Amino acid sequence: MDKKKTAIIDGNEAAAYIAHKTNEVCAIYPITPSSNMGEWADEWSAQGRKNLWGTVPTVVEMQSEGGAAGAVHGALQTGALTTTFTASQGLLLMIPNMYKIAGELTSTVFHVSARSLACQGLSIFGDHSDIMSIRQTGFAMLGASSVQEVMDMALIAQAATLESRVPFLHFFDGFRTSHEVQKMEILSDDQIRAMLPDDLIVAHRNRGMTPDRPIMRGTAQNPDVYFQGRETVNPFYNKCPGIVQSIMDRFAKVAGRSYHLFDYHGAPDADRVIVLMGSGAETVFETVNALNKAGAKVGVVRVRLYRPFCGKCFLASLPKSVKSIAVLDRTKEPGSAGEPLYQDVLTVLGEGLVEGTLPFPMPKIIGGRYGLSSKEFTPAMVKAVFDELGKAKSKNHFTVGINDDVSHTSLDLDPSFIIEPDSVVRAMFFGLGADGTVGANKNSIKIIGEETDMYAQGYFVYDSKKAGSRTVSHLRFGPDPIHSPYLIQSSNFIGCHQFVFLDQVDVLKYAKPGATFLLNSSPFKPEEAWDRLPRKVQQDIIAKKLKCYAIDGSRVALDAGMGSRVNTIMQTCFFAISGVLPREEAIDKIKIAIKKTYGRKGEEIVKKNYKAVDMTLENLREIAVPAAATSTRELPPVVPTRAPAFVKDVTATIMAGLGDDLPVSRMPVDGTFPTATTQWEKRNISLFVPVWDAELCIQCGNCALVCPHSCVRAKIVEPAAVASAPAGFPSVEWKDKQNPGKKYVLSVSIEDCTGCALCVEVCPRKSKEQVGRKAINMSEKEPIWDAGKAHWDFFLSLPEADRGTLDFGSIRDVQFAQPLFEFSGACTGCGETPYVKILSQLFGDRAVISNATGCSSIYGGNLPTTPWAQNADGRGPTWSNSLFEDNAEFGMGYRLTFDKHREFACELLAQLRDEVGGELADALIAAPQATEQQIAAQRARVAQLKAKLAGKTDWRATHLASIADNLVKRSVWILGGDGWAYDIGYGGLDHVLASGRNVNALVLDTEVYSNTGGQASKSTPRGAVAKFAAGGKPAGKKDLGMMAMCYGNIYIARISLGANPRHALQAFLEAEAYEGPSLILAYSHCIAHGINMQKGFDQQKLAVQSGHWMLYRYNPDLAAKGQNPLSIDSKPPSIPVKTYAYSETRYKMLTLSKPEEADRLIRLAQADVDHRWRLYQQWATPAPAPAPQAADAAPQA
Amino acid sequence: MDLSTTYLGLKLKNPIVPSASPLSQRVEDLRKIEDAGAAAVVMFSIFEEQLHHDAEALDHLMTAGNDSFAEALSYFPETGSYQVGPDQYLDLIHKAAAAVKIPVIGSLNGMSNEGWIDYAKKIEEAGAHALELNTYYIATDPNLTGSDVETLYLDVVRAVKAAVKIPVAVKLSPFFSSMANMARRLDQAGADGLVLFNRFYQPDFDLNEMEVLSDLKLSTPYEMRLPLRWIAILHGHLEASLAATTGVHGGIDAAKCILAGADAVQVCSALLKGGVGQLRTILKELETWMAEKEYESVAQMKGAMSQKSVANPAAFERANYIRILEDYKTKYVVS
Repeated sequence: MDKKKTAIIDGNEAAAYIAHKTNEVCAIYPITPSSNMGEWADEWSAQGRKNLWGTVPTVVEMQSEGGAAGAVHGALQTGALTTTFTASQGLLLMIPNMYKIAGELTSTVFHVSARSLACQGLSIFGDHSDIMSIRQTGFAMLGASSVQEVMDMALIAQAATLESRVPFLHFFDGFRTSHEVQKMEILSDDQIRAMLPDDLIVAHRNRGMTPDRPIMRGTAQNPDVYFQGRETVNPFYNKCPGIVQSIMDRFAKVAGRSYHLFDYHGAPDADRVIVLMGSGAETVFETVNALNKAGAKVGVVRVRLYRPFCGKCFLASLPKSVKSIAVLDRTKEPGSAGEPLYQDVLTVLGEGLVEGTLPFPMPKIIGGRYGLSSKEFTPAMVKAVFDELGKAKSKNHFTVGINDDVSHTSLDLDPSFIIEPDSVVRAMFFGLGADGTVGANKNSIKIIGEETDMYAQGYFVYDSKKAGSRTVSHLRFGPDPIHSPYLIQSSNFIGCHQFVFLDQVDVLKYAKPGATFLLNSSPFKPEEAWDRLPRKVQQDIIAKKLKCYAIDGSRVALDAGMGSRVNTIMQTCFFAISGVLPREEAIDKIKIAIKKTYGRKGEEIVKKNYKAVDMTLENLREIAVPAAATSTRELPPVVPTRAPAFVKDVTATIMAGLGDDLPVSRMPVDGTFPTATTQWEKRNISLFVPVWDAELCIQCGNCALVCPHSCVRAKIVEPAAVASAPAGFPSVEWKDKQNPGKKYVLSVSIEDCTGCALCVEVCPRKSKEQVGRKAINMSEKEPIWDAGKAHWDFFLSLPEADRGTLDFGSIRDVQFAQPLFEFSGACTGCGETPYVKILSQLFGDRAVISNATGCSSIYGGNLPTTPWAQNADGRGPTWSNSLFEDNAEFGMGYRLTFDKHREFACELLAQLRDEVGGELADALIAAPQATEQQIAAQRARVAQLKAKLAGKTDWRATHLASIADNLVKRSVWILGGDGWAYDIGYGGLDHVLASGRNVNALVLDTEVYSNTGGQASKSTPRGAVAKFAAGGKPAGKKDLGMMAMCYGNIYIARISLGANPRHALQAFLEAEAYEGPSLILAYSHCIAHGINMQKGFDQQKLAVQSGHWMLYRYNPDLAAKGQNPLSIDSKPPSIPVKTYAYSETRYKMLTLSKPEEADRLIRLAQADVDHRWRLYQQWATPAPAPAPQAADAAPQA
Repeated sequence: MDLSTTYLGLKLKNPIVPSASPLSQRVEDLRKIEDAGAAAVVMFSIFEEQLHHDAEALDHLMTAGNDSFAEALSYFPETGSYQVGPDQYLDLIHKAAAAVKIPVIGSLNGMSNEGWIDYAKKIEEAGAHALELNTYYIATDPNLTGSDVETLYLDVVRAVKAAVKIPVAVKLSPFFSSMANMARRLDQAGADGLVLFNRFYQPDFDLNEMEVLSDLKLSTPYEMRLPLRWIAILHGHLEASLAATTGVHGGIDAAKCILAGADAVQVCSALLKGGVGQLRTILKELETWMAEKEYESVAQMKGAMSQKSVANPAAFERANYIRILEDYKTKYVVS
């Protein structure tokens, strides 16, 4: 046997390792949590890493999972060893091809990090809903329950599919296993080769299609033979379990790890047994050990080969002593007789009973659900199930892990049942995403796992915000393999890397008595730390007898040149005080790890980190803990008392990190949630906020226009309105000769501001005396906090502008339109959200949003809060997300409803003309609704109509009242990113645009899949580096606008808020006014571009100046007037593409890794721009009217 | 005609050397420079501060947003190796030294003592035949004395000289209270050559945007007067070689520098304006002039018009200034 080689990797990498070694072709598409597998494969191939047979696998990204499955199918049919990686909805999109692949007995393995399906809500987290949806396709299903098993089962599946010809789905739990980092043994090439006989690979190839031996597959069959053909595969499925077991046996000889189709573990004479699969089996394994040690007789059957389900093998795996069985499913099938695994078990036992082949008396069998969407599955829950089995009357179809106070399915459990062994060091770290805590912890795991004999495990929990997100790291280290795939419940070490967390979450909740507590005391010195703690935290420290240490980590980070990243500092503290390793040895190892991690980023980065390590040790202090709490500061409430009841009861609970405690009764039954809730979530993530200089301001509105989080707002009010303003509330004369005597006020929601400083960047006004000072400037928040809060509250109390008086084509006026999209969780300085906010300002009170899955659906619709807001009348955008791929169709469905209901309403109005009144009926049907005043008038008419219909018993009146609101113009907006519009949703978008229906598609074009971490889309420009285009995108960017232009009846605009905001406004207005389909392509700078986000709008300008992002509008209404519908609205390219591109890391990085290729691609990119410019010039000749210019009342910054 | 000269101990076929500029960024361009007749080439400068900044910026921009959001734990692929820090530069030097026969002179601007030494060693290891220290220090701290600043320069030269075996030239700014004394002390500190003078980015104002601009304009022939003066003054007083740079646009300019005492003449703006082929023109003009004046070799010319050699040494001193003013009056003032 080879010498064992260990590594610290996660489940995704383990699967990708085997897949890349054992395949020739990978067709992929990103979807969480499986994206990383494709990314690994792509990166390895880009680096030239070869497979087992010495060739570099071809990795190709497709436009959707459906496309990936098609490509896989084709590659398989022509004989290549082919694989793919996916999860959730992606797996569902593969189903049609999976039937084909299985029906044709084709050898392949699909690696799936199992994830929830979108039902009442989407979830990226793990359960078996997706894999259970394909159990009927004919794929064999082999499950892994730990990171080690992922590598092992991936290989066993590969060997089994070649021998059995049955295609395999290899699955493991999304996030819990796919993202858990574990120390595990790596299979060597020799071991892998020993499992894959060459003759089977050749046989697979020989079944491939070739014109040298022509065959045909995929015939159409009739009633006479289809059925028989379907039954031909039975012998293959019958043999499959035996083949898998023989391969497992061979694997045991090769690798030393023994597996069975069903692995029983526990007391040989157990009376109670749990049956389950996936990572939860590890928890049951660990709990069975603990319970049996305490005298119980329990056991667990771990299902490995779920399909084909070998009933005989299952029965043989159970101890003959079994009296009761609980089958746990990590999925839910509403309306079924029971979840799938339960039904399988029941069927096998039932058949055994009927056939008389049961090796034991028929046991009691109950089924239950657990762990949906990565819901924690703990030893206490396992014990609750065993306890339930032990009852005379056990609850069937139960749930465990939640409080179901509606259907009363849930089992009671004892949360104090904790079995964390003393031999395992458990450490939890609370950090910010931006402070590098997770990265440092991954490093710590590597240090301990690689440099010592200890086993190590790491799991990381993130919140759903993209700016200022909070992370919690769970690390375990111990002398034995760790079988605890659940969050730490009792921690020896708690690290709190941000002082502010102490006010927001109960960081000491899981501290074991006597544990060590490490606090980054910044902005306070360690000596001040104790006095600054909230009283509750002090009390917990004293009660739990915690040993406390503190360091002014942010100060040390600044002094060491680390900026805001306290990661290395806090990691060093952990090693210095945790005792996991001897201190000196640990510090040496940290430095070695730093060299490994940062070495390729330059020596300076390494030195800077070394310096941080040394400075840390000098600045770490132990805090003396007094006998009694001294603080008088109580924890602040999560939301103010004036918040709505639902927000206080439900939203606030989730915000406080206590969502697990919410019972079923508190959840909406159909996934419907109130909007306008981000206003209650004051996250205070920025230490610096903008401050307005009223005297210097020219009131242009640029700052309010671009604020991605709608924190900067302006109003014009009567002077009397500010008479009662709180002290220091700034206001100034409104500079408008037409409308004198008013006050202009501008206010900043400093508690919601993320500190991006885009407002300062776009401010055109500079002080004459000190040109570095603008009319809005960043300032430290702490000194102005209280006043700023009071000012904002007062500002909100001032009346909103009368929309009828505003010119929405003017930046100066749009600043007064209330944003109905506010305080989202988007990235600091996000390039997308300013467009979304503008949409909400212009049309929000009648907007209906269909949102493709992606960044915009996450910052727009991820619990606990939503930024989509409401005006004082309670009107605002109504929002939903269907899927990633069907967004355009979903939005078109809205339009169909509104058009139908308007038509029906008009028909009913005609029928009820006498009752309603002829004049009102005619106006309701025919009155124009082009302006805000006209829309307001129509709303008034609808109100009048409803009043007249009230109390009428005629069925027509009832129906008319129910649809009368549709007589007011609806604004349908289909939002999404380029991944949706250019790739997965393109077919649908194309169809919807071609339909001629009055919908507006807004493509927030970041030129990359931003939400899943920067994978290339067809919008990605040539030469840019992205995941799946690690060597630079070789092909040019798809010209979606031009493709749509070919229809002739679609309004299209290509806009850039940074380059020409007035043009952008004009495009929104024209698109919405156009009585047909509209498409707006909005350049959105993005964190995935590798830019300083504060300069996002400068990058937008460069993109336009270089011609990369040409501005234009294509208005079919002009064609109807005999004019050229296309107007090019930006000037001819004035700078080389290179000048723009190399100011962004996505392009620049290729010059550092492949300079020659970078040079070649940037030249081609320049040629693309030149060609496109010439082509558009031809289309735009003769030219229509001139474009609106950037300048409004003021010059643009 | 013998155009050969010795600069930094290197035997050069002629005195014309392209100075540090963007022209030396690609091997193929270096070949063109050699083909056009250059006797050696000074590579473009690497700036330690810039390397630090670039490395930090790359690290920051490639990892911003990492490990913050469960669906996007990173935004860029891990593509293995990047050429960060001086790697690309060193690689170019290595390739250049193999690709051309003329000496390749590395150019370095350091920030810390450690940086100067470290990068100098690496440039030597990469195969450079000599090293030019691109020194400048804008002394903005009112507490820093002139003597402190001078010590900084001298320390760097001593440190680098101790660290490398290849010849080391120092490219200087003219802003010393006592240029001649500074030159001597640098000479004594071990400098193998002095390159006179460095030009800096000088800030300008954009009055539309009310912002400070930083850009570098190409030199004009008039700017050659300053190095010409100091080379003429220093010639014969130092063991170190002297190279003229700034304002050399033609063969006649080069002749002047050699006559003043330059061992080598560096050109840049002329090539950026007129292309690398301008080297041929400069050499041809130099040869033509030498032929006309019946000079047989550069060695014969060298220092012929230095302060030591001219009839009126005071011409390089204050009297010169007075005479110009007098000329001006007689020529333009109408009385």
